[in-house]
Order: sequence, then C-alpha cells, then structure tokens
Amino acid sequence: MTLEILGISVLGLFLFGYIIIASIDFGAGFFNAFSTVTNKQHILTKVIQRYLSPVWEVTNVFLVFFFVGMVGFFPKTAYYYGTTLLVPVSIAIILLAIRGSYYAFTVYGGLKHKRYTILYGLTGLFIPASLSIVLTISEGGFATMGNSGPVLDYWALFSSPLSWSIVVLSLTAVLYISAVFLTWYAHHAKDEAATNLLRKYALIWAGPAIITAGGIIVEMRAHNPEHYQRLVDLWWLFALSVVLFAGTVYLLWKRRAYGLAFGLLVGQFALAFLAYGASHYPYLLYPYLTLYDSFTNRSMAIALVIAFIAGLGLLLPSLYLLLKLFLFNKEYVEGKRNDHA
Amino acid sequence: MGNEDAVFFSRVLTELTLSFHIIYATIGVGIPLMIMIAQWVGIKKQDEHYILLARRWTRGYVITVAVGVVTGTAIGLLLSLLWPNFMQLAGNVIALPLFMETFAFFFEAIFLGIYIYTWDRFENQKKHLLLLIPVALGASFSAVFITIVNAFMNAPQGFDVVNGQLVNVSPIVAMFNPAMPTKVAHVVVTAYMTAAFVLASIGAYRLLKGSDHVYHKKALFLTMKLGLLFSIVTTVLGDFSGKYLAQYQPEKLAAAEWHFETEKGAPLILYGVLDNGEVKYALKIPAALSILAHDVPSAEVIGLNDFPKDEVPPLYIHYLFDAMVTIGMWLALLSLVYVIGIWRNWRFVLRKWFRWLIVLGGPFSVIAIEAGWWLDEVGRQPWILRGIMRTKEAATTSGHVDTMLLLFACLYLILGVGSVVVLSRMFRKNTVEQELADRASENVGDEL
Repeated sequence: MTLEILGISVLGLFLFGYIIIASIDFGAGFFNAFSTVTNKQHILTKVIQRYLSPVWEVTNVFLVFFFVGMVGFFPKTAYYYGTTLLVPVSIAIILLAIRGSYYAFTVYGGLKHKRYTILYGLTGLFIPASLSIVLTISEGGFATMGNSGPVLDYWALFSSPLSWSIVVLSLTAVLYISAVFLTWYAHHAKDEAATNLLRKYALIWAGPAIITAGGIIVEMRAHNPEHYQRLVDLWWLFALSVVLFAGTVYLLWKRRAYGLAFGLLVGQFALAFLAYGASHYPYLLYPYLTLYDSFTNRSMAIALVIAFIAGLGLLLPSLYLLLKLFLFNKEYVEGKRNDHA
Repeated sequence: MGNEDAVFFSRVLTELTLSFHIIYATIGVGIPLMIMIAQWVGIKKQDEHYILLARRWTRGYVITVAVGVVTGTAIGLLLSLLWPNFMQLAGNVIALPLFMETFAFFFEAIFLGIYIYTWDRFENQKKHLLLLIPVALGASFSAVFITIVNAFMNAPQGFDVVNGQLVNVSPIVAMFNPAMPTKVAHVVVTAYMTAAFVLASIGAYRLLKGSDHVYHKKALFLTMKLGLLFSIVTTVLGDFSGKYLAQYQPEKLAAAEWHFETEKGAPLILYGVLDNGEVKYALKIPAALSILAHDVPSAEVIGLNDFPKDEVPPLYIHYLFDAMVTIGMWLALLSLVYVIGIWRNWRFVLRKWFRWLIVLGGPFSVIAIEAGWWLDEVGRQPWILRGIMRTKEAATTSGHVDTMLLLFACLYLILGVGSVVVLSRMFRKNTVEQELADRASENVGDEL
C-alpha cells in the first residue's frame, strides 16, 4: 500500500465516521424540533437529549480531524478547495456555530426557547446541504482555473441537477440514519412510545434515501462519464449495499433486532462510501488534482501516520469508556441517573 | 473586488476571529487546572465549599468551552479558506502539530463529556477527579501544539526552498524551532494566570454585591494565590522572550521598544507617544533594553534603522507591548499585596476599593491576552511566514471575503452576548447559599 493510499484511507475513515455520527446528531436535532412543532416533544425530547448531550463535541472533532488531516496529507487541497469553498464552508461554519451554541446556551445554560430549538433543528438540514457541496465540486465542472487562481462558478453549481440531487441525498440520508439509530437507542432505553414514533420515521425515510442515492448515479452519467464508468464497474459493491439496506428495512418492519438493523445500515453506507471513494480514485478534484500530485512530502506523511497510530492508541480506549458510561449504561440510558455538574 | 481588498478583508476577518476565539481559548486552557486544584483541595481538606467551587466553575467552563469549540472550528477552517497559499506551504512542513492538536482536543472533549455527567456517580471522589486530568492535559496540550504552529510562523525552519520547491522537510525540526520554547511556555502560563484572575474577579464581585459567604472568601484567596504564582512565572518567561526576540526576530523587538539606532547600553522605552518619528513623554530606563535582550547592560541592540523599510512591522505595537507588560506587572503586584495582606491581617485588602481593583483584574488580564496576541501577530508583519512568505502573497483570491466578514461579525456578536447572558443568569438564579442549603437537605435525606 502506498503512503498516498494509506493517507486517503485514514481520511476516508474519519469522513465516514463523521458522516454517520453527524447524521445521527443532525437528524436527532431535526426530529427534536419537529416534535416541538407537532406537540410530540414529550415523546422524543428526553431520549434525544440524553443521547446528544455528552457526545456532541466528539462529533465536531471528527470534522476537524478530517480537514486538518486533509491539509496535512494533501496540502494542495488547501489551495484548490480553500479558494473555491470560501462561501459554502463559511456558511456551514456559521450554522455549526449556531448548533454548538445551542448546547452551550440551552442544554447547559438553561436558556429555553422554542424558536432556538427550531433554528437548531433546521441547521441539522442546512449543514449537510452546505457541506455536500464539497462533494459536488469534487466531480469537476464547477471550479475553473482563472488567472489568479481557482474560481467557483456559482451559477453552474446552483443550476446543476447533480448538485441538487446530492443535497437531497444528504438530507434523506441524515434523516434515515438518525431515525434508525434513535429507534435502537429508544428501544434500549425501554421507551416504547419513542421507539414506535422513531421506527415510523425510519421506515418513512428509507425509500427516499435509497431512491436519491440511485438517482445520483444516473446524474453522474451525464455530468462526469469517466466517474460514472468507474462507478458502474463497482456495481457489485453497490448491490451488496442494497442487500444490507433491505436487511435493515426488514428488521425494522418486523420490529426485531434494532441493534443489528443499525449495524446493517452502517455496513450499507460503508460499502456505498467505499465504492464511491474507490471510483473517485485517483482524483481529489476532477480534473485538476489527483492524490499523487497533491500529496505531501514523504517525511511529513510518515510523521502523520505515526502520530495517527499513537493518537488512536489514546483515543480508542477513551471512546470505549465514553460509550460504556453513556450509550451502554442502562441506568443512564433509561434516565435514572443524571449526575450533571 | 481586487486582490488588495481580499488581503485586507482576509486580515480583518482573521484578526476578528482570533481576537474573539482567544478569550474562550485562554479561559478554556486555564480553567480546567483551576477546577482540578479546587476539587483536590476540597477532597484533601474534606471541605464541601471547595468541591462546590469546582462544580460551579465546571458549569461555567462548559459554556465557554462550547463557544471555544465552535470558534476554534471556525478559525481552523478559515485558515485554509482565507490563506490557501500559506496553508499549502504550512501543510507540507508544520501539519504535524496541527494534526496532534486535534488529538489533544479530541481527548479533552471525550473526557469533558464524561466528567460533567458523572458528578456524584462515584463513591470515591478521587476517581471523579482522575477524569479531569485528561481534560486539563488535553486543554494544555492543545495550546502547546497550536502555539508551536504560531512559533513556526515566527521562526520557520526544518525545510529548504530550492527553485520554488520545498525540499528536505523535517517535521520535527520545524516543530522545535527557536521561537517554540518561550512562546509555548508564555502562552500556557499566561492562560493559567488569566483564568486565575478572571475567577478571582468573579469571587470579589460576589463579595462586593452583598454575599458575605465564606465560600467566596475561600475562592478569592485560592485564586489570588494561584494568580500570584503564575504571574511570577510569567515575568521570568517574559525575560526569556526578550532574549529570544533579540536573537531571532530583532526587528520585532526593536519595533515594540521603539529602538531606532543600533547602540550599546540601549534604554528601555516605556509608554510615550510617537510624533513624526520622535518619541515623546516616554519613560526611559537606562540600559534596560540591553539587559532584557542580552543580560548585559553594555550589550549592543540592533535598531530599526538597520532593517529594510518594507520588512519592519507597524510601530503601534509598542502600545500593545506597554499594555501587556503593565497589566502583567500590575496583577503580580496586586495579588502579592493581597496574599501577604491576608496572611498579615492587613485590613485594607478587605476594603471595598481593594476588591474593586481585584474585580477589574479579570477584564484587565483578558485585555493583556489580546494585546499580547496582537503584538505577536502584527509584530510579525509584513510576513505571514517570517522571511519566506509575505501576508499579501498568502491570501485568497476570492471576491466574497467582505460579505463573509459581515456574517462572522454578526455570529460573534450573538455568541458573545449569548454567553454573557447565559453565564450571568446561570449563577444569579442559583446562588451559592441556596445550593449549599439544597445539598445539605439532600444529605439529610440520604441518611434517613
């Protein structure tokens, strides 16, 4: 395995981790807000907040990891993406800040406002939408090289069916992933009413999620034939992914083994993510930037890999402790303990 | 928007973001250590007051850390968005500490989540205190790693540029650059110092506003002792920083001290104003600059006139230097008088006017932090990477920086006002007296 592949695999791992746990977080915020509007908050709010409170900062760190690692392993991306992404990423930062401050001000600070809860829920939809633009741009055709550097063509971006399909996919995926996870969590917490409601949401969003995912592949055919061809070559990975998707839906439908259902969902997205990433190879930005011409020097790459391994040695036990104390601790999950400072 | 504008607005947005973030970041680095000390004293002395002190500080800390997280994410991303050329170069040479910073921060975030949700969960309180150690370590190491990156910008090394290409990159040599030891030590210790004085300021304010509870007196005495300790260390480190500058960034030292002519036995200029290149109304301490720079009164210090005009930082950094040093000295003196006063029963340290001075110490220490960072950043100009890349070459070419500046300014306004409102509400609603009474009745309930 070359250092380039090792680097992109590490980053892919973090990006995938972020996609899953941030989706849970974003969707949970949205469902929480939705239940406030529809007067069902007595069913959902407690179980959602109990999950979210101790973990939200950890979610954020996955994102920071990804972009810091990106600049570390592939410094040229800072130049190409940094210049083109100023507006979409700035908007995402501001929305992320609103989200973070929601925890600070309402959960920890006791400033309860219905409007703030709704704003918070909406950021859960707008953040994935604005971040998904990065993936769209990476397909090429939106950023061009001007005299003074890369320039983003906003009109092309906003009028492209591909970018809107990716936005819609990000939304349906967020809601689907989140609902499946929270169904399991609520069931774990022995909260019958919340489980039933969330299971319903999960089943509602399953269809749109898979349809929009399929739609992207069709869009790609017109937009980036080279990438499309590589996607089609990996059809078997997508087929496996669909099988896992069917498994999740079946288990939810039969009200069985919610934990396994979520596991299958992670597998489904992991396979699709892998297939997408592998077919994107070797480009980081069509057609300007590949893994190889943007890679850092050898000594930095080795240093980063060593730091990464050492860091994981520190983090994995800590994450395990966090999960053990909150996610898998019966008393905490069932709301019998709070112990907040 | 021309490139000049993009550079200008990129600078303003970066300055604004850093100035805002640094308040929360500094408090976030310093407070975990204070909480740890208070909780430890509480366990040792079996004194409920110190434990409650740690607990209430934690509640406030969580708010500041949350704002610090979001502004930290903002500055992390903005570096690539506003200074893409710089980050491309920096990514090649100094990405290692940036990457390690995320690990330190990750570590802190995980254990903070655990720590705040496990009060009262353990029979043995020491176990709970143990959970705070990784929080404090993570917070301090975040500061260490990020400051290493900043040190690298001041004294870049660990690579060669041959025909515009970076070669012979050594990430470790880049990390251990000459600016690193003094800068890292200074940033970390002043963060502890600031945290101590901010907390002392809160304690003194409560005492002034009618609560005469012994809890606040204990809090005030503890934080002033810590403030004294860290301000003494800061003074010593300040001396080392002067020596570093004299050797590696003489133009920054000369600009900060308004030292124009190269001379032996150079005087230290404090305060004063600059009128058409002439220093007026200043306090001149003979030979002090030579001592600060080289430890020897007769040593030669290079003056500003010996540098090319376009490589000299703006001269207003002298005011920043004055502000920082004056506040540092003042706080050291204030805490020294207070601590000795308590030991020797001097009545005046308990008087209202003295407590007001302590209250002012909190905001002052934050101003000193701001002045220090501005001195560091402006004092490095015109370079973003000293001697290698100028700030104007590093900026983005995007035409939307001005709009983004407006958006971020609104965001920081909301976050700033929000955090002040929430923090003050949180502690006003739930007073110490009330909480102590609540806990006492809970304990009775447990025994019955």
